[in-house]
Amino acid sequence: MNLIYSQSPHMTTSESAASMPHLGPHIKPNLEQDLEPVLQVSGVTKEFPGVKALNNVSLELYAGKVTALIGENGAGKSTLVKVLTGIYQPDSGEITLGGDTKVFNTAHAAALEGITAIHQETVLFDELSVAENIFLGNAPKGRFGLIDKSSMKAKAVALLKRVNADIHPDTPLKELGIASKHLVAVARALSVESQVVIMDEPTAALSLKEIEELYTLVEQLKQEGKAILFISHKFDEVFSIADFYTVYRDGEMVGSGAISNTNQDELVQLMVGRPVEQVFPNRLSIIGDEVLRVEDYSHPTEFADISFRLNQGEVLGFYGLVGAGRTELMQALFGITKPSAGYLHIEQQQVAIRSPEQAIAKGIVYVPEDRGNQGTIKDTPIFHNVSLPSLAKTLKHKLLNPAAELALTREYTERMELRAAALDQHVNKLSGGNQQKVVISKWLATKPKVIILDEPTKGIDIGSKAAVHHFTAELAAKGMAVILVSSEIPEIIGMADRAIVMRDGRIRAEFSKQEMTPEALVQAAAGIGSAA
Amino acid sequence: MIKRLLTSRELILAVAILALIALIALKFPAFIETSNLLDAFNDTSPLIILALGQMVVILTRCIDLSVAANLALTGMIVAMINTQFPAVPVPLLIIVAIIAGSLMGALNGLLTWKLDIPPIVVTLGTMTIFRGLVFVLSEGQWINAHEMSASFKAFPRNEFLNLPVLSWFAIIIALLVIVMVSRTSLGRAFYAVGGNPNAAVYAGIDVGRTQFLAFTISGALAGLTGYLWVSRYAVAYVDIAGGFELDVVAACVIGGISIAGGVGTVAGAFLGAIFLGVIKNALPVIGISPFAQLAISGAAIIIAVAFNASYRNTKGRLILKHDEAVNG
Repeated sequence: MNLIYSQSPHMTTSESAASMPHLGPHIKPNLEQDLEPVLQVSGVTKEFPGVKALNNVSLELYAGKVTALIGENGAGKSTLVKVLTGIYQPDSGEITLGGDTKVFNTAHAAALEGITAIHQETVLFDELSVAENIFLGNAPKGRFGLIDKSSMKAKAVALLKRVNADIHPDTPLKELGIASKHLVAVARALSVESQVVIMDEPTAALSLKEIEELYTLVEQLKQEGKAILFISHKFDEVFSIADFYTVYRDGEMVGSGAISNTNQDELVQLMVGRPVEQVFPNRLSIIGDEVLRVEDYSHPTEFADISFRLNQGEVLGFYGLVGAGRTELMQALFGITKPSAGYLHIEQQQVAIRSPEQAIAKGIVYVPEDRGNQGTIKDTPIFHNVSLPSLAKTLKHKLLNPAAELALTREYTERMELRAAALDQHVNKLSGGNQQKVVISKWLATKPKVIILDEPTKGIDIGSKAAVHHFTAELAAKGMAVILVSSEIPEIIGMADRAIVMRDGRIRAEFSKQEMTPEALVQAAAGIGSAA
Repeated sequence: MIKRLLTSRELILAVAILALIALIALKFPAFIETSNLLDAFNDTSPLIILALGQMVVILTRCIDLSVAANLALTGMIVAMINTQFPAVPVPLLIIVAIIAGSLMGALNGLLTWKLDIPPIVVTLGTMTIFRGLVFVLSEGQWINAHEMSASFKAFPRNEFLNLPVLSWFAIIIALLVIVMVSRTSLGRAFYAVGGNPNAAVYAGIDVGRTQFLAFTISGALAGLTGYLWVSRYAVAYVDIAGGFELDVVAACVIGGISIAGGVGTVAGAFLGAIFLGVIKNALPVIGISPFAQLAISGAAIIIAVAFNASYRNTKGRLILKHDEAVNG
């Protein structure tokens, strides 16, 4: 894969220098070989306990150019953004800005050097006005060091005009839609005269018209000479907006070059291009009777017309991009949110599930994605966590029976190969992978018919991942029906008997084991190619 | 096991209480006579009962500021019943007090559960309403000792095994609450809801209902204390136990009940109340002015909270590392 900075339109050095004299002798656009990057990341590595989030990656951003950063979930894009904006400090490697090496120890330090990030979910303050948001921490000061409100307002009006935003500076931010909030974020970026603007999936929550407006804005930022890093999962966007691309996979840079020299297929190849590893358990699927049938499940805002079947002993994969509505659908199946329409059948019996308590009673359990927030109660012992949904089964004379709770916990944590000093150890003393095992043990102890695993291996180390995969296979082998929500293509392909792909809250494609290829999944999820 | 005992907050608190008592005894040996210590315990009993109720509420990430007003209102209700109908037996009055108190607690719980109003706002409101109702009911009049029946006043003072009934109530309720929080599903739900409401939802626990029950228990105990208080001091008026809710919350905080919910033990709340009780009983003996007493109580609270905070901080960093690993 030799794509590093191939030249696009050929032009001699003298020609370009003559045609762009105002850019100075050192900068020669259209000849990327000689183009000086504004921001250069080289050899950056960032490791978390058990996870190498970034491994010797590089990235270059150029003035007046848009560079798209592409990669699967977990490829390290967000970590890189955090390194660039001073939230994380790299373990090794170098960041140079305008030729000087920089170290960003705080987010403030990065902002002072002119690096601004616009996030998917805008990081602004709902209760403050637009003008206050633009100038927060950087407000024009008047006499006695007090904030000069009238000057702040006047500057805000000027900035909002520059981004073509028809917003009054006194409007409280909470009254604005997401697109307008983005505009405010951009105005804020302009207010500190940023050299580098990072846009982290800025279109994820926008309507088509709003996306058009955002494109106009990006054009304008380019003309003002900003170096733009554009992170997106959507290939149409990347091709219509970016000048260069860089692809990350599993925390490593696997390719970069000019957009004009590549195509969708090549990028998809780079993104997913790895053999499916053999770490997945070899299993023989014995598919039994139907356990769960979902018909026309809909939700007012999150998903619509969802119908699928799930059988005993089957692992059904749900693939999609973040925000495709998979988690929201699973929450409705588990009774956390209520569907607006649709039917649910468990073992051919129509049932209505209105609360998690009912779901558990009917044999559906849900292992949530966000285990820190939704999975465990950290300040309590392991066995309290595991027995919590099964307390009714361990009661003796209507009182809790710690001996029975411990026995139950031991039975399931041993099967999960949990590594803990003792079962009355508090959960917050365990590693991420072991916490995940506590969560899964907790649900297995309820003896469910259907188990929904939402991103079960996200952010855990390889060893724990293998244990979770192994156990998932074992569950299916015992006749349990498993729904596996995952954003990792190898996991879907390695584990699932069937895969459903969701995009924008609807089922877009379904693949049998034989039909599943990384390319097909990515194309269906991103809405490109034949699946679109 | 030994290491765990040494690092337990309850043990540290017990040692602090013993040190405090020893310090006072150095100057005033009479303070540690058994009869005086028992008197001090008896004086502290209402605080213990209320702190146990408050503990349950705080465990679920709520707070109940209405307990003292609840106490005053139920106290006034039973005192008025007693003056109007002296023949009503004391056990029936106690039941009335518990029911009245639990209704008030249930009101707090319903407003928190069904209307999703922050508990501090709910109970600040009901606190004022209950106090106002005491005035409306009594028309601002006091009910004095001579208006109450002899059995009404005698009940909390009756001695059983050399200990007044009031003290027995504190001990028995502490034992009941121990059983409730450590041996019932509801008790486990209190910790789960306060420790991580999101995870509790996924485990099939109704968070709002659990908080409602916590408020009801706190209300019931406040109602019971209403009768005990009014009969022991043989007086009922609008302002009884004014501001006492702060002592109750303070006892919990000193006892290591985390205001963030999910962490705390019965022993902690019990000892927290004893600690405040010793200070309140000892300071007048030493001859410290009531104003300095307030300042000392306040200082004890801040030291306890600071201790809690530093304890939590070290833990917090550990959690953060896990989260970073997840997001990265």
